[in-house]
Amino acid sequence: MRTSEAGEAARRALEICDACRFCDGYCAVFPAMELRRSITAADVSYLANLCHDCRGCYYACQYAPPHEFAINLPCLLTQVRLESYENYVRPRFLVGLFRRPGVAAACAVAFCVALALIASSPSRPSRPGPGAFYDVIPWSVMASAAGLALGLALVSSAIGMVRFWRDTGGRAPTARGDRAFATTLCDALTLRNLGGAGHGCNDFDESLSRLRRRFHHVMFYGLALCCGSTIVATIYDHVLGWQAPYPMFSPPVVLGALGGFGIVVGTLGLGWIKLTRDSAPVAPHAQTSDFALLALLLATAASGLLLLALRDTAEMSALLRIHLGFVLSFFLLIPYSKGVHGLYRLAALLRAAMEREATRSASEK
Amino acid sequence: MRIVAKEGRVFDPSRPYDVVVVGGGVAGLCAVIAARRSGASALMLEQSPRASRGGATRHARNLRVMHDAPNKSIPRTYSADEFWRDLVEVTGAHTDETLARLLIGKSAEVTDFMARCGVCIQKPREHDPSRKTAYLLGGGKAMLNALHLTTERLGVDILYDAEAPTLPLDDGRARELPLLVGGVSTRVGAKTVVVASGGHSANIEWLKRYWGDAADHFMIRGAADAQGQILASLLAQDVAPVGTPGECHMVAVDARGPKFDGGIVTRLDGVPFGIVVDANGRRFHDEGASVGPRRYAIWGDLVARRPNPIAFAICDADAEARFRPSIYPPIRAQTIAELAGKLGLDPATLVATVEAFNQGVRPLTDDPAPWRTEGVVPAKTRWALPLKTPPFNAYPMRPGVTFSYLGVKVDESARVLLNNGRPARNVFAAGSIMAANVIGKGYLAGIGITIGAVFGAIAGREAARHANL
Repeated sequence: MRTSEAGEAARRALEICDACRFCDGYCAVFPAMELRRSITAADVSYLANLCHDCRGCYYACQYAPPHEFAINLPCLLTQVRLESYENYVRPRFLVGLFRRPGVAAACAVAFCVALALIASSPSRPSRPGPGAFYDVIPWSVMASAAGLALGLALVSSAIGMVRFWRDTGGRAPTARGDRAFATTLCDALTLRNLGGAGHGCNDFDESLSRLRRRFHHVMFYGLALCCGSTIVATIYDHVLGWQAPYPMFSPPVVLGALGGFGIVVGTLGLGWIKLTRDSAPVAPHAQTSDFALLALLLATAASGLLLLALRDTAEMSALLRIHLGFVLSFFLLIPYSKGVHGLYRLAALLRAAMEREATRSASEK
Repeated sequence: MRIVAKEGRVFDPSRPYDVVVVGGGVAGLCAVIAARRSGASALMLEQSPRASRGGATRHARNLRVMHDAPNKSIPRTYSADEFWRDLVEVTGAHTDETLARLLIGKSAEVTDFMARCGVCIQKPREHDPSRKTAYLLGGGKAMLNALHLTTERLGVDILYDAEAPTLPLDDGRARELPLLVGGVSTRVGAKTVVVASGGHSANIEWLKRYWGDAADHFMIRGAADAQGQILASLLAQDVAPVGTPGECHMVAVDARGPKFDGGIVTRLDGVPFGIVVDANGRRFHDEGASVGPRRYAIWGDLVARRPNPIAFAICDADAEARFRPSIYPPIRAQTIAELAGKLGLDPATLVATVEAFNQGVRPLTDDPAPWRTEGVVPAKTRWALPLKTPPFNAYPMRPGVTFSYLGVKVDESARVLLNNGRPARNVFAAGSIMAANVIGKGYLAGIGITIGAVFGAIAGREAARHANL
């Protein structure tokens, strides 16, 4: 595995962390580090993706600037994390999208919205009532475009994740794989490592807060509700033969509205934290990719809510196309933006859980 | 004259405070919090800028706490009597029993006090948890952050970059403190003063009075601002000393580490698994005599007492995997003679030392732990592993000063005592500046923070009460 400047700096910092170990109560990174006698470049990449950027270790660090060691682990690990997204991205030529995240998001949106506008069928007049949406864009076009984009995104991200897993030395579980999987799922769904051992994280500065974790939950579960809404709507349409739009208090609309609202609140909250927090432990280029994804998600959710509000008006047709354009660009950008972090995080969490189980079973023997 | 501190707080020197606390470590913070909670107006003087506040407390990890029942921050029990026995053992009875018993009793409340100040205590680890000490989540600096947030909530005034070079006493009473705030001279009036300004461990000139020029080569593990100005000022004004002048707690640290503020990470771990030679290339002590945690301090002291206070821990490639590596890479060579060259030692002497050692090794068992030497002076009584597999590794060692044992004598209300045995009228002390009352020799893990917190709270409360008499 190749060594980068940030990777080497992080490895050097982790050696000091390993001699200190004051932070071993914060998250999974430090106990995972302590299992290794020496830390390789591959370990650094793994640990960087295990880091949730809670910043606890920066504000607790006796060796943080102005100390001459100038340890700034959150900043270094964020840089390494961004590098790993670039390293494992497939196809390779799309690596540039990571380097200009704002431009990438803008281009994707422009492309997809344009596509949605073209894909509309102007021959049929727009009318309210069942099937109105599909008059604008036929269901087959809508479903195949979205399905294809999401499929491509997931395949591409999964290839990256598998390559990351192998490259950083991941193996099949040796002990209690079932428990490791369960822990991983629980860690991911609760963001346990973004908790400061239950006391809160340094979201803004030296004080402790739970806001970042909560906003992320609101956003993530908002996204999940939107997925739920789509699934229910698909069942309505295909199994029950009920065509959209659905009534205001029907499950797809309630789920979608709540989800969209969650995404709006979550992304605005996370953006607000990023804008107002102390920037000392922030990696210079990380903010841009964070903001690009947050803005895309916010626009997607907001356009969906607007569509819901105005679906019985003449603006519906345009809003639907714009909303679908946003959704499509979000799907397409998952592997080439901050959106991919979830999969790498899952892989790192699983690795950590497996190592813990292996250590536990070794000490029980 | 009014001074606006850098953080925007306005400080009015014409307004006397009920309590002025000198020092912003754990003792000063606990004192100022206790004083403010007792209703006093309070000012805390921190000698450092905000970014490096807290002195040696930044390097702290745990709190030694007596407890008769397990709780969420500490398992099993640690009785007052056991705490007392541990203290007597490490200090060789260099402890004031009344104050020590007071500390031990109050230590039971320290984690609750800390939790009320927003300090996070780490959950005991699953495997082999510490029974005698509670761990601060993130360590001392995280604790300092929480205590500072508490002082903000309580409305304590804090001046950073504020040094109190002296504390003039008039018949055992302090009236005002001359200050240097950001280099500008001013003064502040005080009804009572709590000195929590630490010892003199970073004052090289002071150390040289006892250690001579060797002190120039000491590393200081704590903050560079532990110059002991207030300690010197008080001892020059008839305040009773306690502890042993010149004595310091020292551990063996990597000589390549920072001169100041190295904290825990420069500590060298590998001594028991190799040999240690001095600047002459000769062994001078049994490296296997102590393999427990006290070996760090034993070797710090041994190296400090060499005529040239440097030593080299040397091992071969086989022994390397037995200890935690230094944060600095070993100085490495394929032969002992080549290694000697790199270390600036006489190759012939070092080769002779290693050969004599290797020939004396008696590998008695499969497990190398009990291996010892015969016919070698000094003998190595455990882990006598021959140095035979290249590359050979060396780590240069210096004494790293943790704290100094000289302090001011106090009574049970943390009031400073004068040489005539009477207490100063309005001066209290907490933390390192008075720790030698309890721990006059040796060290117990986590006792420093407990002393700071317990006597800080007593001093703050008593000072507030005294100010409003």
